Amino acid sequence: MTTSTNSVEEFAKKEYQHGFITDIETEDFPKGLDEKIVRMISAKKEEPEWLLEWRLKAYRHWLTMKVPDWAMLKISPIDYQDQYYYAAPKMKDQPKSLAEVDPELLKTYEKLGVPLHEQELLAGVAVDAVFDSVSVATTYRGHLAKLGIIFSSFSEAVREHPDLVKKYLGSVVPYTDNFYATLNSAVFSDGSFCYIPKGVRCPMELSTYFRINAANTGQFERTLIVADEGAHVSYLEGCTAPMRDEHQLHAAVVELVAMKDATVKYSTVQNWYPGDKEGRGGIYNFVTKRGKCAGANSKISWTQVETGSAITWKYPSCILLGDNSVGEFYSVALTNHHQQADTGTKMIHIGRNTRSTIVSKGISAGVGQNTYRGQVRIMKSAEGARNFSQCDSMLLGDKCGAHTFPYVEVSNPTATLEHEASTSKIGEDQLFYCRQRGISHEDAVGMIVNGFCKEVFRELPMEFAVEAQKLLGVSLEGSVG
Amino acid sequence: MLEIRNLRANVADKEILKGLDLTVRPGEVHAIMGPNGSGKSTLAGVISGREIYEVTSGEVLFEGKDLLEMEPEERACEGIFLAFQYPVEIPGVSNTYFLKAALNSIRKHQGLEELDAMDFLALVKSKMQLLNMDNDLLNRSVNEGFSGGEKKRNEIFQMAVLDPKLALLDETDSGLDIDALKLVANGVNALRSPDRAVVLVTHYQRLLDYIVPDFVHVLSAGRIVKSGGKELAQELEAKGYSWLEEPVNA
Ligand SMILES: Nc1ncnc2c1ncn2[C@@H]1O[C@H](COP(=O)(O)OP(=O)(O)OP(=O)(O)O)[C@@H](O)[C@H]1O
Ligand SMILES: [Mg+2]
Repeated sequence: MTTSTNSVEEFAKKEYQHGFITDIETEDFPKGLDEKIVRMISAKKEEPEWLLEWRLKAYRHWLTMKVPDWAMLKISPIDYQDQYYYAAPKMKDQPKSLAEVDPELLKTYEKLGVPLHEQELLAGVAVDAVFDSVSVATTYRGHLAKLGIIFSSFSEAVREHPDLVKKYLGSVVPYTDNFYATLNSAVFSDGSFCYIPKGVRCPMELSTYFRINAANTGQFERTLIVADEGAHVSYLEGCTAPMRDEHQLHAAVVELVAMKDATVKYSTVQNWYPGDKEGRGGIYNFVTKRGKCAGANSKISWTQVETGSAITWKYPSCILLGDNSVGEFYSVALTNHHQQADTGTKMIHIGRNTRSTIVSKGISAGVGQNTYRGQVRIMKSAEGARNFSQCDSMLLGDKCGAHTFPYVEVSNPTATLEHEASTSKIGEDQLFYCRQRGISHEDAVGMIVNGFCKEVFRELPMEFAVEAQKLLGVSLEGSVG
Repeated sequence: MLEIRNLRANVADKEILKGLDLTVRPGEVHAIMGPNGSGKSTLAGVISGREIYEVTSGEVLFEGKDLLEMEPEERACEGIFLAFQYPVEIPGVSNTYFLKAALNSIRKHQGLEELDAMDFLALVKSKMQLLNMDNDLLNRSVNEGFSGGEKKRNEIFQMAVLDPKLALLDETDSGLDIDALKLVANGVNALRSPDRAVVLVTHYQRLLDYIVPDFVHVLSAGRIVKSGGKELAQELEAKGYSWLEEPVNA
């Protein structure tokens, strides 16, 4: 750890010489949000005029909007004027080494088997200085560039590929979409941009781990992934878990575009800080994720494992515009202690013979509340559309809750819809069976819950599936009496 | 090996075991018979530590240790195995994964090294042959969609892999066809050794033709009302239980 810390410091110093850190620290970005702040963010990033205009339109629209209150969530009001909207001030709060990071958090990482330099990354330790990742990132980048794949931070993409960004930004989630997405549009700090050209199959899973600024992009990330005709990409959004005492808003936007015959697979393992056992602190994760199957035979698949955050409000959706396009949503959401989740998906069938599959597994423990909210909409034009939905809930203990709200709207009589739902308690008989075979109570719970989630884990890339399973185990700790 | 003295136990506040005594020495096979609802599964449940059974008095010692103080998983790790009357399904958890976790947990407790995938597979293969188990069953979820007989056979297969000191078999013969019955009996007989013991609950003499017991006990209304040698089972087969109940209640 010492060597690593030293080199981190050295690297940080080096950055200082380059004027990077000085810049930010002397810059006085006040708390609160007004047009001036939006302009400052845009100026800081040296953005083109059109992007500033877009941000300002979003900001002005946001002023007219109300906080949504339809979700099954108890949210203490957020004072939007009491927040920083630029990442720089946060740098001062960052731990300088792992020694300053909460030991509880480190224990979690250890259990997950996260390598040391990734631990630093995740804990928010001067990330820019993690030189390992820099080189890793550039190696991959060069390899990808040869195939014409663009994979960079959002800011960089704005600088280097403004036409692409301009064409697709807001094309799936318009700046007027919803309270949090609109706020994001006004103040987004950074994020990922990915473009896969025609006919290219991305040879590796793209992951936020490999992108250097990822962990530092702050509360308002913006991700845009475009798969051109016949392209194929699988994107992983890594598990990150900064720990802070107060509730903190995280309002990201992810837009996916799949052209004709293209496939985008987006996998998330979300492990933001859930708050402590009494419900203090924790991230408010209010995220808008949406994909557009723009061309015929395209496919967008969302897989999410949500174990973190105090509150999760998230509905990764698919707009099935192209004929024969396919939308998928596989989800595991776990709420323990005081966590709340209201999550699900929307499948909007517009094209002919469009198909969608929804598999949702909700697990509630402690006094956690878990809500599935899903919408399947078959438009008039969606001749022969099909949907299959399966929503299963598992309760651990008797103080938690599971709720299911499936909304269905069918405007074309040729559509076929199937819906299955179940709610079960983790069985005393199952637990005893495992324990009688010598498996500890805690491991038995983990095993049964993992089995319950199997259909979703199967959709995750291999290493991610392993990580997700471990994560479930860690997240369930203390949930068995 | 197993010493049960004056055991009383409740289920849902109803007394089921009403002062039961039983001694099992290493190397012995005991058969427990008795009418439906007399408390046979309850006894197996109490020995293995199922929480729905509340012990109100008496003691249960295993190799001199107080079993009632131990968690179910500790008892399992000490070498107690229960083949369930109704094996439980665990969706999404493969049989192999489950069994490997169980075996390694027990080995760890016993201070043995955990088996790696290769060694485990070799062990499993040899036990599969013993029970003529289908490879396919191994990769499926634990008991999920297994036929009644397959579930029972899977219990004995697990027993063979986990190699317990004391095996409790709760009506493992029920629902088995003749061939499967022989396979199960083979599995149990393979486990018999001077330092191991078997307690098997059954309703039928038939199983005892293959697994010859040293003792046969009749459990009725929460107590052992008669004990004898293997010929007692034949007598029961011929006469039923009613002739036993009168002298006890009188
Ligand atoms: N969970 C429970 N709740 C209430 N009563 C129970 C419960 N489990 C068992 N009992 C009752 O306890 C009594 C003994 O049951 P047990 O299963 O031990 O019988 P058994 O001897 O194994 O019968 P069988 O030969 O039918 O398997 C029965 O009257 C049964 O109804
Ligand atoms: Mg029984």
